[in-house]
Amino acid sequence: MHPMTPAPYRVRSRRPDRADTVTLTLEPLGGPCPPFLPGQFTMIYARGVGEIPVSISGRARPGAYVHTIRAVGAVSRALCRTRRGDVVGVRGPYGTAWDVSAAAGLDVVVAAGGLGLAPLRTVIGELIAHRSRYGRIGLIVGTRTPLTLLYPRELARWRDAHDIDVQVIVDHPDQAWKGPVGLVTRLLDRIVFEPRRSAAFVCGPDVMMRAVAADLVRRGVPAGRVVLSLERNMKCGVGRCGHCQLGPLLLCLDGPVVSYERAAGLLAVKEL
Amino acid sequence: MEGDISPIVWSVRGTVEMDVVVWSLEPLVAALRSAGYSVVGPTVKDGAVRLAEISSAAELPAGTGDAQEPGHYRLTERDDDLVFGFAASPDSAKRFTQPPRQTLFRMRDREIEEVEPEAPRVALLGVRACDLAAMAVQDRVFLGGRHPDPAYRRRREALFLVAVNCAVPGGTCFCVSMGTGPKATAGFDLALTELAAPHRFLIETGSERGAEIVTAIPHQAATGDDVAAAEEVSRTAAGRMGRTVDTAGVQEWLPAAHDHPRWDDVASRCLACTNCTMVCPTCFCSTVEDVTDLSGEVAERSERWDSCFTLDFSEVGGAPVRGSQRGRYRQWLTHKFATWFDQFGTSGCVGCGRCITWCPTGIDVTEELSCIR
Repeated sequence: MHPMTPAPYRVRSRRPDRADTVTLTLEPLGGPCPPFLPGQFTMIYARGVGEIPVSISGRARPGAYVHTIRAVGAVSRALCRTRRGDVVGVRGPYGTAWDVSAAAGLDVVVAAGGLGLAPLRTVIGELIAHRSRYGRIGLIVGTRTPLTLLYPRELARWRDAHDIDVQVIVDHPDQAWKGPVGLVTRLLDRIVFEPRRSAAFVCGPDVMMRAVAADLVRRGVPAGRVVLSLERNMKCGVGRCGHCQLGPLLLCLDGPVVSYERAAGLLAVKEL
Repeated sequence: MEGDISPIVWSVRGTVEMDVVVWSLEPLVAALRSAGYSVVGPTVKDGAVRLAEISSAAELPAGTGDAQEPGHYRLTERDDDLVFGFAASPDSAKRFTQPPRQTLFRMRDREIEEVEPEAPRVALLGVRACDLAAMAVQDRVFLGGRHPDPAYRRRREALFLVAVNCAVPGGTCFCVSMGTGPKATAGFDLALTELAAPHRFLIETGSERGAEIVTAIPHQAATGDDVAAAEEVSRTAAGRMGRTVDTAGVQEWLPAAHDHPRWDDVASRCLACTNCTMVCPTCFCSTVEDVTDLSGEVAERSERWDSCFTLDFSEVGGAPVRGSQRGRYRQWLTHKFATWFDQFGTSGCVGCGRCITWCPTGIDVTEELSCIR
């Protein structure tokens, strides 16, 4: 089998999250749904339109992937428009994973920018599954407007039922918004963690991740324990198209999850 | 060449123990054809040496030479009848292992159907040592990792490789600096060295199937003089490289030089035309295309060569990561000579010089590297 041939998956359910964001549950038409690790992605193909990498944002039983997709390009728009029962192509999962268990015994900072909360949802799932292993958990979320905030109900549940300090900040408030406004880094002052005994999981736009990671390291979190999920153009997911290079890294194989210790120097070079 | 990744088991020195000498290539072409191979070799077309199917050795460009310099390629008339008296042609073997365009699969309704890859039995006649090295590099890309490509493997296995040891390197050649030539040492079925006075070819055998072909054609055992003459051809060629480059430590110093002013200088000359990546025998980057038939029922997906010099190559969220020529040229050169090691354990450059010859503004990678170093 060619490494770029997908398997047919059926849209088992489709849940509109926000105006431009949809969460799809995809299950294979035949055969197993390969296991995945938090942070990994699949390549999803919309018939005749194209294929994009999408982080897995959850597991659904029995044997299905949960993907949260924002309609920004031709393929993501086509995927967001699918209906229950439609068939798409899926291959994977690919890429490196968040090593959540490495944070055992530590305080945990989870920082999300925009759609970056989608892949981090699997991290939260792991943390909740073994809540007692971890110290304080702070989840900080930056979003464009109050209306683009992902998973609002889950955020409330994580806060109320799982002892996670959830903080949200927006770029553009509406009249109802009473929370903070600005960059997500501001929220690092609002959560409690002991930097030297902390691990961080960060996902969002490059500029947001650079700022959050640098701030965390400045506060004393070891760079090797600040872990990012990076995004680059990706056509194949299997190390043969060359598009996702970041210096020495092929992010489909060596990423998307990369420690800040490894990524800092690479992200600092403009246009790398 | 790293035999551990090559799909072919090369038994250097096969059943034909000794090198042999033949006086004409006609029986070789005929034997390959009767063994079921289409024979593809250098021919003169469009004012250049191009690879094309041949049915007779008479179609080979005897007496043709070339003049290659940065941004310059002209055919010349030789004053001898050397059949392989020219250097790297714009075609490399790449199109036979990684086709410029290949259909991946079709999807109709709920079914996804793989398209059977074409793997024609082709005998490539006249492959140079640099291009054999390039195939070994591509083997690492398409077969060496976690996701090997069975279609690539089939095409690769279906290729019968007749190497030619370069006698006349071009003005842009630097295989000696890259450690890939001019003599083919492995990775071939047969390797020819063209000898003059009298005109003849010494043949080395690199595989069992190569030995079978040699057995099928009239030949005589090579004498000590034949072998010495062939060694002299390769030694002389090694001394006639058009260019040299010192890549010692390049893996460290090139990525570290990301702020070097030379990048601005070369960016002012680079047209981002993608020629260098198209003629490069190792450049493997690709993109995908989707088409749907008129009914909208059947969609087809194909993969085609791409270039890191295009803007949309690095596009994320509507904007390119490498929006400037500077960023794109730096990506290509740094990848080719340095970060390729991190990804595939080898240099991405084999020193064939094609990127220098076919750059419309004559950008010379050896010069750029020596300026940045």
